[in-house]
Amino acid sequence: MDNPLTKTDQATAAPAPDTDHVDTHTDAAAVGLIAAALEVLANSLGEYVRAWVKRIRNGESGALPILAGLVLIIVIFQVQQSKFLSSGNIVNLLVQAAFFVLLGLGETFALILSEIDLSVGFIAGVGATITLALLSPSYGWPWWAAVIVGLVACAVIGAVQGILITRLHLPSFVVTLASLLGLGGVLIFLFDSFHGAVGGVISLPTSGPIYNLVNGNMSASASWIVLVVAVGLYAVVSIGRNTRRRARGLSAPPLSITVLTVVVAGVAGAALVIVCNVNRGNLVPLSGVPWVLPLVLLVVVVWNLLLTKTRTGRYMYAIGASPEAARRAGIRVQRIRTVAFTLSAFTAGLGGLVFASRLGSISVGYDGSTYVLYAVAAAVIGGASLFGGHGKAVHALLGGVLIAAVVNGLALIGVSTAGEQIATALVLLAAVTVDSLVRRRGSSTTVQ
Amino acid sequence: MSDNDSEVERVPLIELRGVKKRFGAVQAVNGVDLDIHTGKVTALAGDNGAGKSSLIKTLSGLWEPDEGQILWEGKPVHLRSPKEAEALGITTIYQDLALCDNLDIVQNMFLGHEVVRHFTLDEGTMEARAKETLSELAVTTVRSIRQPVASLSGGQRQSVAVAKAVMSNAKLVIMDEPTAALGVSQTATVLALIKRLASRGVTVLVISHNLNDIFEVADRIAVLRLGRVVAAGPISTFNPEVIVDYMTTGRSERVSANPSIATAGVQN
Repeated sequence: MDNPLTKTDQATAAPAPDTDHVDTHTDAAAVGLIAAALEVLANSLGEYVRAWVKRIRNGESGALPILAGLVLIIVIFQVQQSKFLSSGNIVNLLVQAAFFVLLGLGETFALILSEIDLSVGFIAGVGATITLALLSPSYGWPWWAAVIVGLVACAVIGAVQGILITRLHLPSFVVTLASLLGLGGVLIFLFDSFHGAVGGVISLPTSGPIYNLVNGNMSASASWIVLVVAVGLYAVVSIGRNTRRRARGLSAPPLSITVLTVVVAGVAGAALVIVCNVNRGNLVPLSGVPWVLPLVLLVVVVWNLLLTKTRTGRYMYAIGASPEAARRAGIRVQRIRTVAFTLSAFTAGLGGLVFASRLGSISVGYDGSTYVLYAVAAAVIGGASLFGGHGKAVHALLGGVLIAAVVNGLALIGVSTAGEQIATALVLLAAVTVDSLVRRRGSSTTVQ
Repeated sequence: MSDNDSEVERVPLIELRGVKKRFGAVQAVNGVDLDIHTGKVTALAGDNGAGKSSLIKTLSGLWEPDEGQILWEGKPVHLRSPKEAEALGITTIYQDLALCDNLDIVQNMFLGHEVVRHFTLDEGTMEARAKETLSELAVTTVRSIRQPVASLSGGQRQSVAVAKAVMSNAKLVIMDEPTAALGVSQTATVLALIKRLASRGVTVLVISHNLNDIFEVADRIAVLRLGRVVAAGPISTFNPEVIVDYMTTGRSERVSANPSIATAGVQN
C-alpha cells in the first residue's frame, strides 16, 4: 500500500509499539468496516476499481442500485411504448423531473439532519401562487420582484418552522405536518383574496422569464457553449485540485479516476444537448435545451458545494450523525437546524416556480400533500438516509429523475392515476428494500 | 521523593480548594481539595458514586460549584460554561468520545474549528495539520485519515479524540474512563498515547477504576470517596491494596504504619 501517511509515520515513529495494527487485521468487524473506505486508500485505477467492487459487496452501494433501477424502468417502458425514448418525451420527462428534483433537494436538507419536512409541497404551491398573482395583470409587478417576494415568503415560512422546532423543541414531523395542513388553507385563502385568480386559477402571462423557464429553449450554439464552459471549468477545478493535493502529499483519488469523471460528465452533457436539439415539434419545429434543465443542474451544484465545501454543510452532517458531538464541538446546533429548514423551503419555492411554468398556471386544486411525498420518495430513492447524516444533492437528482420516469412512462402507456400511484409506491418500496437488503448483507458479513 | 519536592515549589496547573456541589439532598462533591500538576498524569480513582464524574463536570465547566475556589495557574477562575473551560485550555474527553461516525478523521479532528479560506473549507491545510498531529502522537495504525470514523476500532477512535484535544492546544486533558471499553492491546495503545501526551507537556487527568491502568500510566493519584479526597500523592507512595482500602473505607490500616504515606494522604 503506497500510502504517504503510513510511510512518513512509520519513519518518524518506528519505535512506537504498533499493537493496534495487529488488531486491525484480526478484528473482523474492523476489517469489514474499513472496506467501506477502501477507495481512499487506492492509488491506481485498478486498485480503485477493486476497492469500489469490494465496497459494493460490503453494502456501501452508493448510487449503483438507483442507476440499475433507472435502466430497468427505461427498458420496461421502452418495450411497452416505443415513444418513451423519443427526444420529445425525454425532454418532457426531464422537465417533469425538475419539480421532483427541487422538492427532493429541499427534503434532503431535512433528511441529512435526521429530521423530516412534510411542508415542502405546499410551500412550493404558496410561493408560486404569490409570484403568479403578483405577475398577473391586476398587480403587474416586474418578474424579478414577484419572484423575490415569492421565494422570500417560502424562506420565511421555512425559518418560522425551524424556529418552532429548535426553540420550542417540537418534533419536526409535527411542526411540518401542521404546516402541511395550515398552508393548504392558506393557499385557498390566497386564491380567494387575489384579484388575479379566475375560477380558482391564476394564469402565467405567456411571455417573460418565468413562462420561458420551461417553455423557452436555449439556442443550439448557446447550449454547446454552456456545456463546454461548464465541463471545462469542472475539469480545471477537479484535476487542478487533484494534482495540488498530490503535490502536498495528501490523499487524492487516482488522476485517471478524476479524468474519467470529467469525461463521463462531458459525454452525458453532450448526449443531453444532442437529444434536446433534435426537432421535437409536431406542427412547428421545436428544439433546444429548456432553460429549466441547466438551472436545476446549477441548483444541484450550488447546494452540493454548500453541503461539501462550507462549514454550514459540514455541521449539517455532524448534527445528523450526532447532535451531542456537534454541540460539544461548539456548533450552534439550533441555528444550523433553522438554516436547513429555511433552505429546504427556499428550494421548494424554486420547485414551485418550475411547476407553475410547466403548467402555465397554478390552481387552487394544487395537491401539495401528494407532492411532498414524491419529494421524500425522490430523496430516499436517491439514497438519502431517513436516519440522518447521509445524503447528497445528487441523490435528489437521481431520485427525482427516476420518479419522473415512472410517472411519465405510466401515463404514456395509458395507466390510470390509481395505477400510477400504486406503481410509484412499489418503486419506493423496491428502492428502500434493495438498499436495506444490501446494507443488511453488508453488516452481517462485517459483524459475523 | 525528590520528584515530589520539586513539584511542591512549582504552582500547580489547577488547584481545587473546598469545592462543593449539591444536587437536592445529595452532596455529590463535598469539599474537594486537589492539586493537579503541570505535565503530570494524575489519576482520579474512586468507587461508583464517589463523585468522580461530578468533579470532572465541574472542571469542564458544565456546572459551577456551590462553594469553594478553583485556581488556574495560581489565579482564581470561574468555569461557568464548557466554552470558558475550553478557552482556558481544559478539554474533556467523555466516554462516548463525541465523534461523528459519518465524518472522516480529519473532519472530526477539526469539527467546530474548521480552517476556512476563500469562504470554503481548506481541506488541504486541515489534512496536513491533522497528519502532523497524528504522527507526533505516533498514531500510525489508521490506514487513511480520510476514512470515516465509523470504520475505526475503539482504540483508534480514542486516539482521534485525543488528537482532537491536542489540536485545540489543550493544557489540561480530562479523560473519562478511556480504557473502559477496550481490549488488551488497544488499552496498551491508549495508555502509551496518554504518556506521550504528558511528555509533550500536556497535563492529563485520567478517571479510571482500573488499578492496573493507573499504575501503568499515572504519576500521581487522588482517591475520592463520598465526595471527598481521602488520599492523594505520587503514585510511588501507594500500592493497589492501599488504594482499594481508601476507595472502600476511606482509610487504610496499612498506611498508618508508614508516616510518609500518611502525610501524602493529608497534605492535599
